[in-house]
Amino acid sequence: MDDLFVKVTTKMILPFIQMYGLYVILHGHLSPGGGFSGGAIYAASMVLYTLAFGLKKGQQRMPHEVSSKVETGGILLYVLFGFAGIFQGYSFLTNKAAGFPMGEFGAVLSAGFIPIVTFAIGLKVMSTIVTLFHTMLEEES
Amino acid sequence: MKKLLTLIVLGGLLLVLLSSIAELPPMGEEKGPSYNEIAHYYVEESAEDTGAKNIIAAIITDYRAFDTLGETTVLFTGITAVISLLGVSHQKKEGEDQHHG
Repeated sequence: MDDLFVKVTTKMILPFIQMYGLYVILHGHLSPGGGFSGGAIYAASMVLYTLAFGLKKGQQRMPHEVSSKVETGGILLYVLFGFAGIFQGYSFLTNKAAGFPMGEFGAVLSAGFIPIVTFAIGLKVMSTIVTLFHTMLEEES
Repeated sequence: MKKLLTLIVLGGLLLVLLSSIAELPPMGEEKGPSYNEIAHYYVEESAEDTGAKNIIAAIITDYRAFDTLGETTVLFTGITAVISLLGVSHQKKEGEDQHHG
């Protein structure tokens, strides 16, 4: 799509979409939302960028090497923090008993490993949607 | 012949599913198996157990974190399925004479 208005508008609203996606991910344990929905919002910004500027620029912004590393890194983060429970003598993916700092109730940095897990899910959902979108576009061209 | 076999198998499946629907407890009944003490436990104890204000987040990433781990691997399976179906190769080509199908 080669339209000046679409490009300028996309450049203007892109940071706001990404900020909102990060907000939904980071406040997953406080407000409605979480890793899945926040990651989808963040991925929507990348999809919008690719739609406005074309596949080539979209892939420069989020190359396949990076998105595959992000996806694997997200699930690795999840599993590694799950192993903390085993090392403390509890079951896999134990939160409070495994000694994660609980923080103050209602604060952003609280609830032990729930924000970490939500962030990992967000990374994975984001890279998955971007990878699927780019792959389908690649096949079309 | 093949169509008859399909019809028999699908009809049998329909009968099994319909008979199991007839056995389901009515919606919203007080003694239904889905209305048990676990819901009360989550509402009352999840803030103390997990420290999360959002009960849904507490359930899906703490009480049922292993289930969510499986859910996230579904995404990976989706990518694998799409790439294998579309046949797009993301590997860097090593020389032109090596041709990978």
